[in-house]
Amino acid sequence: MTNDHAPGPDPSIRLGVDIGGTFTDVVLEVGGRPYLTKVLTTYAAPEDAIVEGMRQVCAKARIAPDEIGQIIHGTTLATNALIERRGAKTALITTEGFRDVIEMRTESRFEQYDLNLELPEPLLPRQRRFTVPGRVDATGAVLVPLDRSAVEAVVDRIAEGGFESVAVGLIHSYLNPAQEDLVREVLAARLPDVSVSISSEVSPQMREYERFNTVVANAYIKPLMASYLGRLEARLAEEGVTCRIFLMHSGGGIISIADAAAFPVRLVESGPAGGAVFAAHVAARHGLDRVLSFDMGGTTAKICLIKDRTPKTSRVFEVARSYRFKKGSGMPISIPVIDMVEIGAGGGSLAHVDALRQIRVGPESAGSEPGPAAYGRGGARPAVTDADLVLGKLDPDGFAGGSITLDPGAAEAALRAEVGETLGMGAREAAFGVAEVVDENMANAARVHAVENGEDLSDYTMIAFGGAAPLHAGRLCEKLGIARCLVPPGAGVGSAIGFLRAPFSFEATRSVYMTLSAFDAGLIGTLLEDLTAEATDFVRGCDADSPIATEVKVYMRYAGQGWEIPIALSPSEVAAPKAETFKTRFEADYARLFGRTVAGLDIEITVWAVNATTPPEPVAPVTAIDPDAAVAAEIATARPIFDPAVARTVDAAVLARDTLTEGTSVAGPAAITEAETTIIVPASRTAIRQPDGCIDLVETEGGTS
Amino acid sequence: MSEVAHQVMWNRLISVVEEQAQALVRTAFSTSVREAGDLSAGVYDTGGRMLAQAVTGTPGHVNAMADAVAHFIRRIGRENIHDGDVYITNDPWEGTGHLHDITMVTPSFHRGRLVGFFACTAHVVDIGGRGFGADAHSVYEEGLYIPIMKFADRGRVDETLLRIVRGNVREPDQIVGDIHALASCNEIGHRRLVAMMEEFGLADLEGIAAFILENSRRATLERIAALPQSAATGEMTVDGFDTPITLRVRVSVEGDRIVTDFAGTSGVDPKGINCPLVYAKAYACYALKVAIAPEIPNNAASLAPFEVTAPEDTIVNARHPAPVALRHIVGHFVPDAVYDAFDKILPGVVPAEGAGCLCNFQVSLRPVTGGTGRRAEVLTFNSGGSGARPEHDGLNATAFPSGVMTMPIEATEHAGPVIIWRKELRPDSGGAGRRRGGLGQYMEVGARTGHEFDLQAMFDRADHPARGRQGGASGAPTTIARDDGAAMRPKGKQFVPEGRRVRMAFPGGAGYGDPTERPRTLVLRDLARGYISEAAAARDYGLRPEEIAAVAAAVARGEEP
Repeated sequence: MTNDHAPGPDPSIRLGVDIGGTFTDVVLEVGGRPYLTKVLTTYAAPEDAIVEGMRQVCAKARIAPDEIGQIIHGTTLATNALIERRGAKTALITTEGFRDVIEMRTESRFEQYDLNLELPEPLLPRQRRFTVPGRVDATGAVLVPLDRSAVEAVVDRIAEGGFESVAVGLIHSYLNPAQEDLVREVLAARLPDVSVSISSEVSPQMREYERFNTVVANAYIKPLMASYLGRLEARLAEEGVTCRIFLMHSGGGIISIADAAAFPVRLVESGPAGGAVFAAHVAARHGLDRVLSFDMGGTTAKICLIKDRTPKTSRVFEVARSYRFKKGSGMPISIPVIDMVEIGAGGGSLAHVDALRQIRVGPESAGSEPGPAAYGRGGARPAVTDADLVLGKLDPDGFAGGSITLDPGAAEAALRAEVGETLGMGAREAAFGVAEVVDENMANAARVHAVENGEDLSDYTMIAFGGAAPLHAGRLCEKLGIARCLVPPGAGVGSAIGFLRAPFSFEATRSVYMTLSAFDAGLIGTLLEDLTAEATDFVRGCDADSPIATEVKVYMRYAGQGWEIPIALSPSEVAAPKAETFKTRFEADYARLFGRTVAGLDIEITVWAVNATTPPEPVAPVTAIDPDAAVAAEIATARPIFDPAVARTVDAAVLARDTLTEGTSVAGPAAITEAETTIIVPASRTAIRQPDGCIDLVETEGGTS
Repeated sequence: MSEVAHQVMWNRLISVVEEQAQALVRTAFSTSVREAGDLSAGVYDTGGRMLAQAVTGTPGHVNAMADAVAHFIRRIGRENIHDGDVYITNDPWEGTGHLHDITMVTPSFHRGRLVGFFACTAHVVDIGGRGFGADAHSVYEEGLYIPIMKFADRGRVDETLLRIVRGNVREPDQIVGDIHALASCNEIGHRRLVAMMEEFGLADLEGIAAFILENSRRATLERIAALPQSAATGEMTVDGFDTPITLRVRVSVEGDRIVTDFAGTSGVDPKGINCPLVYAKAYACYALKVAIAPEIPNNAASLAPFEVTAPEDTIVNARHPAPVALRHIVGHFVPDAVYDAFDKILPGVVPAEGAGCLCNFQVSLRPVTGGTGRRAEVLTFNSGGSGARPEHDGLNATAFPSGVMTMPIEATEHAGPVIIWRKELRPDSGGAGRRRGGLGQYMEVGARTGHEFDLQAMFDRADHPARGRQGGASGAPTTIARDDGAAMRPKGKQFVPEGRRVRMAFPGGAGYGDPTERPRTLVLRDLARGYISEAAAARDYGLRPEEIAAVAAAVARGEEP
C-alpha cells in the first residue's frame, strides 16, 4: 500500500502515540483535523498496538503511512520496567567506601508507624555493586587520583559476571566528571558491547543517593528501551513510514530516538508529561497564566501546576512508590521533569472504613477486572465509580459510550456493606462520604503540592481531562476555591494530543556554587554560553530549521540553606548579569513564598539551567464567551443528582455535550454527557461552551460554593 | 456540621501541618533540619491541646512538643497573646529535651479572635556553650538558654534577642536563619488554617477539635481494652558515659490506660546524657503506640492514655540543672526497654533490640595553627541496624525509633572542610536469627588538608550490644578508633590532628528466633550479597563448605545463588 498514490511525508500530517497501562492511544492530525483511536496495549510487543492503531487512524483519514510527516511517541514502558524490575543485568561502579548508597537510602523509615515496614529493594543487589579508589572533594578537586589499573581490575570482574549494562556513579562527579570519564573509557576499551551510563551525564546534581539511583535506573532500562525503540523503528519502516520518530521526555519536550535510547530514564512518566503539555496548550489558547491540570483516570490522579503556559518543572521526583504512594517509598530520580503529584485516586479506587471509623479511599484499585461493583463482574467492594453512580453523577446506561451497563443496585449494596453498616449510613450517605473523601484526598494533594512549590491556588484555573476527572472537577474547584475549570475536547486521549503540541526541547544544567558576595559576571557569561550551546545542539539535532529559543533559570537560596527556589532570568539579565538584580529577584520571590526575608545573609546560586526549545506551536487565541452573553441551552431532560456542597439531592439538567453549541450555557446543577465521560456541573457553577469546544465551568454570580 | 464535613476537616488539618513542616524543610539552614528532617510541626486548640501533627518529623519532638504549647500559654499569659506574636524557647524541660531544639509557637487569629496555635521544633547545629556533646556537667555549660518569651510582639521582631543569639553561637547565620524558618513555617500553617475556616464557615475550632479528640480517644481505648489486662517488667543496660545505665520498666495495661513506670532506673549521670521526663515520655509513648495503635493520628487524645511516670532524679527524669545535651541517647533506648516488658504481655509483636540511639557525631573543624582554612561545625546523623521483627529481618542502617534521615555526604562536605571517606554497610553486624538483625554501618571521617578537628562522639552499645529475642543472637557492638590505631572513646569530645581519620563501626540489630530455622534461601542470599561472611554462614547458619563455594561461584558469574 505504499507509493502508488502517496506524495511522501507531509509535514502537516502528524501522529501522536501514548502507550499507557491499559490502552495505547493514537491520534493522527491531518492539517489540524484529529482522528483518534484507543487499542489495547500489547505488553509482549508494544509496537504491535502502535502499528494496529496507526493502521486504524490512517484508514479513517484515508492516508498511507508514508504520508505521515512526524511521529511523536510517549510511553509508560520505562516506568513499568522500573516498577516491575524487568531491566537488564546491570552493575554499578562507584567510589570506594560508598558501595551501599543506593541501598542505605536516607537511613530512615518513610512510615514511622509500622513496626513491620519493609524498605524497597534497590534496583541492584549488593553483589552487583563494585567500587574503585579515587576521590573528588566538594570543590571538585581531586583528593585521591583514580588509577587506571584499579578500574581495569573491576572491569575484569564485570566481564566475568556477564553484565549487559554498567552504571558509573562517583562521589562529587557533578563537579568534576574526569574520573567517571576514565571509567567509561576503560569499559569502552575492554567491553565495547556493554551499555554504559555515567552519573555526571545522566544527572549532574548534588546528593549522591538521588544521582546514583538515577544513573542506575538509566543503565537498568537502557538495553530494554534501546531494543524496543530499534524494533519500533523497523516495524514502522515495514509499514511504509519514512518520517523521523521522536520521543516525549519527562520534562515535557521532545528528543530524538537516539537520545532517548541513550538516556531512557528521561522517558519515565512521559505519558503524564504529555497530559500536562496538552493542558498547557489549552491554557495558551485561553490566555491563562496560572493553571492546575487535573488528570484523573482509573487508578490514579495526577495534578500539575502550569504557570505562564509552561508546566512546572522539577529536578527530582520519585518513581515506583511501593507503599500506598507514600513519599519516600519509591526511587528518587533526578532529571528535569514536569513536576506532578500522583495519588491513588481514580474511578476504580476502592473504599473501606478503618479502625478510626474513617472512610478511606484507595490506593488499592478494582482495575478493570473485576472493576467497581456496578460493572457486575464480580466486584463486591465499592469503588469511586460506584459512589458516583449512586449519587446520580453517572447514567447507568451511558457509561463508556454505552459499552458497559452499570448496576446501581450492586453499587448500593457494596456501599452499604463496606461503609454504611459500620457508620450507620444509608447507601447514599455512604456514597457521599466516599466521593467527598476521594475529592478531599485530591484537594489535599493539590494543596501540599502547591505549597511545596510556593503557590496559592485561589487564583488558578483548572483544566480537567482523563475519564474520571470531569465527574470530580467541579467539586474539587469548590474545595480548592478555584473559580473556573475548563474541560477540553478530546480529553480522553489528552496525553497523545499533548505530544503533538510539545516543542523540541532540552535542558542543560550545571552545579556551580557562587555567592552574590563573590559574584563573577565573567564566569557566569562563559558558563551560560556553554550551557546554551549544549542545549541548543541537542535541539538542533532534532530540528534543523526552526528558530531555537533559550530560557535561563538559576536556582538560588540563602547561603547555608539546602533547597533552592528557581528564578527565571530575562535576556537582558543574562546579557549583563548584576549581583544587585539577582538579589532583588530572589528576595521578592522568597518573601512571596515564605512570608519574610532574612536580613544580613549572603545569597547563593547553586544550579544553572538553560532550556533550549523550538517555538511552541502557534495557538489560535480563543475569545472567551462573556458569561452574561451566553445563551441558555435547551434542556433535554433532568435527573436527581446529589450535590455535596449543600449535602442533598437536587434536580439536575442533563444534556449531551455535542448539543451544546458555541456560546450556549447551562446552569448547574447539570450533567453534560459524552461518550467517554460526564461533566458534572455543581449548583455553584454554570457551564459555557467556548468557541474551541471547551466546556467552561464558572462560578455562578451570587452562587454559593 | 455533618460527620462527612468533620472527616474532611480532620484530613485537612493533617494536610495543613504537613504543609507547615515542608515549608520548614525548604527554608531551614542547619543540615539537621533541611536534610535530616529533625523537626516537627503541629496545630493546637486554644487550650493548648494538640489536634494534628505533621507526618514529617521525629517521635521525640512530636510527642514532646504535644505538651509544650500549654507551657507557652501559661508563661506568656493569655492577656499578652496578640495577633502577630511569635514565641520562642529552647527550654529542655518545657520544650523538647535539650537546648539544641528551638521550639516556636504562633497564636493563630481569625477575624480578630484567637482560634488556636501553631508550633514547630527544629534541632539547630549549635547553641554555643561547649558545643553539641556529652561533656558538660550542668545545663549552664551546654549553651545559650532562651526562656519562653516573645520572638515577635505584634509582628515586631525582638532584635535584641537576635543579637544575643548571634553573639553566643558558633554558626550565627545558620541559627538565626533557622529561627526565621521556624517562624515562617508557622505562618504558612496559619494561612492555610484561615483558608480552611473560611471555606467551612468556622468561627472557631471547638467543634472539629471535639470530633478529632473524641474519635481518637475512643479508637485508642478500644485498642487498649483489647490487650491482656496485665503488667510486666523489663530492663536493659547500656554503656552510659563512664558507668553503665540500667533502664528498668514496668508496663501495666489498666483498662483505659497503659502506665509505664521507670522505678528502679539508674540515677542521673554527671555527663550530658540525662533525659528530661518529657523526652523519655515521648519515646515510651511512641513505642507502645506504634505497637498497638499505629494508624491513629497523634493528638492530645490519642496520646493521653499512655501514661509515663519516673521517680525524680532517675536518668529518665533528670531535673534542672542536669546536663541534657545528648538526651537522645537514653531517649532512643526507651522503646527497647519498654518492649522488654511489653513482649511479656503481648508476645510476637515487638522487635528484638536494635542499635537504638542514632550514631551521631559532630565535628568542630578549624585550620591548623597559622593555617588559612575555615572553621565549621558539622553534625551528622547516622543509623545502625534495627532489631529483627517476628516475621521480618531488621532494617539495615535505618533509624528506629528516631524518625530522622541521614544527610547526603555530598551535602555534609559542602557544610565544612570535612571528608567522609566511608559510609557503607557493615557485614556480619546483624545478629543471627530466624529473622536476622539489620546491619550497622562503617564510617570513616577526616578533614581537608590544613585542618584539624574535635570529634564529639555520641555512640553507645560498645559494651552492651543489642540483645536477641526468642533465641536470636546479639548484634555487633560499636567500635571506634583512629586510623593509626590510637584508641578512642565512644562518647565525648576528642581531638584529631591533621591528616588523621576516625574509623567507626556502628552496631547491628539483634536477631529474632533460632538461626537454624532461618530459611536457607535467605542465608544464601545474605551470603551472596555479603551481608554475612563465609565464616558467619558456616558458624551461625551451618552452611556447608560446598554450599559456600557454590554461592561464591554464582556471584562471580553474576548469577543469583
